[in-house]
Amino acid sequence: MDKKKQVDLFMQMVLIRLLEERAAELYQDGKIGGFLHLYIGQEAVSTGLVAARQPVDRVITAYRDHGVALNCGIEPKVIMAELLGKATGTSKGKGGSMHMADVSKNFWGGHAIVGAHLPIAAGLALGDLYQDNKAVTVCMMGDGATNIGYFHEALNLSKVWNLPVLWVVENNQYGMGTSIERASAISMMCKKAYGYGIKTQRTDGMDVISVQKEAERLFDEIRNGSGPQLLEAVTYRFRGHSMGDPERYRKSDEVHQWQENDPIGIYRRYLIDNDIATAAELDELEDKAGEEIDAAVEFAESSPEPAADELFKDIYVEETREVNHG
Amino acid sequence: MAKITMREAISQALWEEMERDPGVFILGEEVGVWGGTYAVTKGFYEHFGEKRVRDTPIAEAAIVGAAIGAALTGLRPVAELMTINFAFSAMDHIVNEAAKLHYMFGGQMVLPLVIRTPGGGGRQLGATHSQTPDAIFAHFPGLKVVAPGTPADAKGLLKSAIRENNPILFIENATLYQMKGEVPDGDYLIPIGKSTVQRPGKHVTLVTYSKMLPVSMEACNSLAKEGIDVEVVDLRSLRPLDMDPVLESIQKTNRAVIVEEGWKSFGVGAEVASRIYEDAFDDLDAPVKRVAQLEVPLPYNRTLEQSAIPQTADVIRAVREVVQ
Repeated sequence: MDKKKQVDLFMQMVLIRLLEERAAELYQDGKIGGFLHLYIGQEAVSTGLVAARQPVDRVITAYRDHGVALNCGIEPKVIMAELLGKATGTSKGKGGSMHMADVSKNFWGGHAIVGAHLPIAAGLALGDLYQDNKAVTVCMMGDGATNIGYFHEALNLSKVWNLPVLWVVENNQYGMGTSIERASAISMMCKKAYGYGIKTQRTDGMDVISVQKEAERLFDEIRNGSGPQLLEAVTYRFRGHSMGDPERYRKSDEVHQWQENDPIGIYRRYLIDNDIATAAELDELEDKAGEEIDAAVEFAESSPEPAADELFKDIYVEETREVNHG
Repeated sequence: MAKITMREAISQALWEEMERDPGVFILGEEVGVWGGTYAVTKGFYEHFGEKRVRDTPIAEAAIVGAAIGAALTGLRPVAELMTINFAFSAMDHIVNEAAKLHYMFGGQMVLPLVIRTPGGGGRQLGATHSQTPDAIFAHFPGLKVVAPGTPADAKGLLKSAIRENNPILFIENATLYQMKGEVPDGDYLIPIGKSTVQRPGKHVTLVTYSKMLPVSMEACNSLAKEGIDVEVVDLRSLRPLDMDPVLESIQKTNRAVIVEEGWKSFGVGAEVASRIYEDAFDDLDAPVKRVAQLEVPLPYNRTLEQSAIPQTADVIRAVREVVQ
């Protein structure tokens, strides 16, 4: 990876962090409705993963999707507009925090039923295999999703059909407020893939370089026909499950301990120690990111509400369309 | 035009669409090597090969989920669920995903997806394998629900469904697979969401669909001998629900009977009757009558089971009551 790309990863993580900190404020102000699940603390996982993909590769994730959306190339202002329910948002204000997507950037959402997107990911990979697209689908999920039936149906099917899919378990230690020890028969998520004959890898999800390197190798192997593989990224969410989480299930000491391993802090030191960027340069980038988020909020707030007739649009595709099978 | 069975008509539609478009493929339990649990896809595996006729594990969420994903990539999957009773194992993917994705992401995602599944009772399969839960699926905006009652409609509607860019639940009836009827050869398309008059008449409007269509037609033949001339409207699609032929017919007959195989409570008949009351109350000379399954889980015993499912005699009785 060249220096410019390495510095860009830093910028992406800072943008996610600042975007979500601002979103939390807007939520408190009542400007964002519904649920708001913050990715803060886990930024290195999607940043590293998406950095390793090629444009042809598809990305699909669960409801903690703002960071992934940004990594996939959706502008912060469009994400912010969706959070504010505006017509200019990723989903025209009809999806909200949990349902962002941009198909043109090969980001397939944003799925809010735990684990339900796993069989869909298998289908995306099947579509690519069928059409000989040489593409990989990367499917991200939380550790909680490994306990629902969809995980097992999807992993099994992916192996039976040798589908080009990379399963990524973001193990942030908790499914909502229930720790993996209290919810899962085994605590090493990657071992769950053994039963399906799927190769696994475990990586430090707080280290963007480690995630990126692992992912790059796995994308390559899968593209060359290895079949499905599973990557467990060990990480931690610094904020509650969603806004308004009283966090009775964990001690603040534990949170503080993980916060010392802040993925942005770790990567900042890495860039400086390896002479990839200076502290001053990174400070400047952080300022720039702050300005971009300010502009994103301004854009979102000044954007129009969806028109009233948008309510009945897109329930069905009206015209019949010939699909190009590539 | 040839006289063929419903099974042959459905099979013909699938075969023709697969020949027409290389993006159409089938996936489901026993659709390939076995030839289809109800033999609808017999010979397909040998002709089209394992890429396009895909046997799946017994995992309905994976079947529908994978079909959704493949549809998103531009393919036209036809997923088969062995019975509609197993659709409950894929309920989340049908209603939370298939019915929602196009709308929820602002129109970006397009799902040209068909889920074929046989429903209905009357084959002594017990309570878990005999249900007619069509109304449940028709509840959800974003999904289309089709349920043909003749071989010709089955062919024409299935071909249209495969060419549509919306998720469609295509409900067949297992006891109708052997039913014969005239079916046009080649490219024969019936628009989805259009009800039709299957039998003209002037004394009473009978609204029905799927298995209850032939049951009702038999009743009509018998009633004709008593001098009661029934007009039969076949809904064919439950969502979108086309009430126009129903309301037009009632303007003429001023009476209506609705016949469905499923349970009466919260059913198709409840919806149709409500719309009649809302839109044609002044046209009615008598209350709308509903004929439906008795409110019990269907038992195994043949006599008990048949007594719970609407029969020709039940339809005849209901029509007589409305006409009197």
